[in-house]
Amino acid sequence: MKKSIISNRNNKAFFYLAPWIIGMLLLQIYPFIKSFYYSLTNYNAMSDPTFIGFSNYVTLFTKDNEFRKSLWATVQYAVFTVPCKIIMSLLIAILLNKGRKGIGILRTIYYLPSLFGGSIAVAILWKVLFMDNGMINAMLNSIGISTISFFGDPKTALPTLSSLEVWQFGSSMVMFLAALKQVPASLYEAAEIDGSGKIKSFFSITIPQISPIIFFCIIMQTINALQNFTSAFVITQGGPVKSTYMLGLKLYNDGFLYWKMGYASATSWIIFLLVLVFTLVLFGTSKYWVFYGDES
Amino acid sequence: MSRKKKKLTHEIIMYVVLVGFGILMIYPLIWMFFASFKTNQEIYGGIGLLPESFSWESYVNGWNAIGGNTYATFFKNSFMLVVPTTLLTVVASMFVAYGFARFDFKGKKVLFTLLLSTLMLPNAILIIPRYSIFRSLNVLDSYWPFYLMSAFACYPFFTYMIIQFLRGIPNELDESAYIDGCNTFKTFTHILLPLLKPALFSAGLFQFLWTYNDYFNSLIYVNTVTKYTVSMALRLSLDAESVVIWKNVMAMSCVAVLPVVILFFLCQKYFVDGIATTGLKG
Repeated sequence: MKKSIISNRNNKAFFYLAPWIIGMLLLQIYPFIKSFYYSLTNYNAMSDPTFIGFSNYVTLFTKDNEFRKSLWATVQYAVFTVPCKIIMSLLIAILLNKGRKGIGILRTIYYLPSLFGGSIAVAILWKVLFMDNGMINAMLNSIGISTISFFGDPKTALPTLSSLEVWQFGSSMVMFLAALKQVPASLYEAAEIDGSGKIKSFFSITIPQISPIIFFCIIMQTINALQNFTSAFVITQGGPVKSTYMLGLKLYNDGFLYWKMGYASATSWIIFLLVLVFTLVLFGTSKYWVFYGDES
Repeated sequence: MSRKKKKLTHEIIMYVVLVGFGILMIYPLIWMFFASFKTNQEIYGGIGLLPESFSWESYVNGWNAIGGNTYATFFKNSFMLVVPTTLLTVVASMFVAYGFARFDFKGKKVLFTLLLSTLMLPNAILIIPRYSIFRSLNVLDSYWPFYLMSAFACYPFFTYMIIQFLRGIPNELDESAYIDGCNTFKTFTHILLPLLKPALFSAGLFQFLWTYNDYFNSLIYVNTVTKYTVSMALRLSLDAESVVIWKNVMAMSCVAVLPVVILFFLCQKYFVDGIATTGLKG
């Protein structure tokens, strides 16, 4: 009797899940499959797509020099941004975790930049700060360093864009701070009795204990970094000499500026495959360094 | 004694480093505020933080900048987009989360795996087909793409966040209510909803923030200037004149980030808790 009430009850789940199931099928799964179909077509959004097999991909890899630059810029951007952001937030979180006075204010200050995420306002701010006669160069000049053309030199443009994202390390810092609070103090006490130094206990206790959060942050930030669009669009428009022409920007230009949507869909699949490869590699390495609670 | 002294020096050094670095972190934002009073001559090559004179002229000029539309329109547009999107996201995600966290049904594992996979599905791959879908629904150049996506719980991050929070609330509470004859809906609204408030608030805050800051999606779906959001207007102001008057742009950048900053200082606790719970239990 009770069991049938419960199982009857359980079917009601679909009443609550229905909107999501519809949304997931129509606005997530269907577009996902459709974008693969589009990537095999010639599609300009006005007339029906015409099937052309894998030629978009062949063009991308053999004829489109822009694409190679784009792919390289995207990978470089992610490989540079994510570790910098993680290390920075971890370092600050550890320094702030000591229960020092005034930590609340410091935490707020470090968190503040991350509020503005991909906002246009801070992208414009970066553009102004780092322009040839901007504030950063004026400061460098005043200490005797000659002007660096941050957005004019292909070598510095990408790292400068990256610095905008690294600047916003606050949200992962807050996550790390919360995780650090969960690490049992007894572990450190035991280590101290064993005579382990601070640095040793950092690597043998702190890092393993918060490794699931580090892992989560790396995954999410990698996915975001591989799709970066706004800063490149606003600040450099992909230049100089396409050094910051990341795939997200290429996708937008091909698809929504030149209306080559089939071709842009192929680019979007390359972004997806990049995300997939990066996440799979990260998951693959996770068994060596990510520890979940009950294993200890 | 000397050990104590050493510890004290250590502490002082740590503070100097933390405070110094903190100033470096917010310096760009402070600079942005003061730059809104500086002439282009002062901005070019200038090191000093303070402007030569203060006048709100740049705010007035910036506000009225773009071809007959003032920022009043753009702010109204931003809120017309962001507020319904936020509310719909919270309501839709909360019911879906309830369905996942409190019922045992056939295919739950498959559906939950789907939820988690969509969490990692990059927006870049969906944007072109979604654009086609919304075009065939005739809702381009409006905020309906955003409303529809939020009403159908297409922001799995928030669903996941609320599921995690619900898992932390003991089952017994709602089970006993159910046995006592409350139906599932009533159980949810009477027992769980009050307990869920902090999580819903956090989810709402983040959705507000992300939608307000978002540029890419509005760029794709909206294209009439009178429907532009604040972000789009800011971007436009870079192209509006042949010589950009930076203080006007900086002034409007300050105004654009203001709602976010105010919201943050009003609800700091929820921000921090929100981030902590989503990450931690994941």
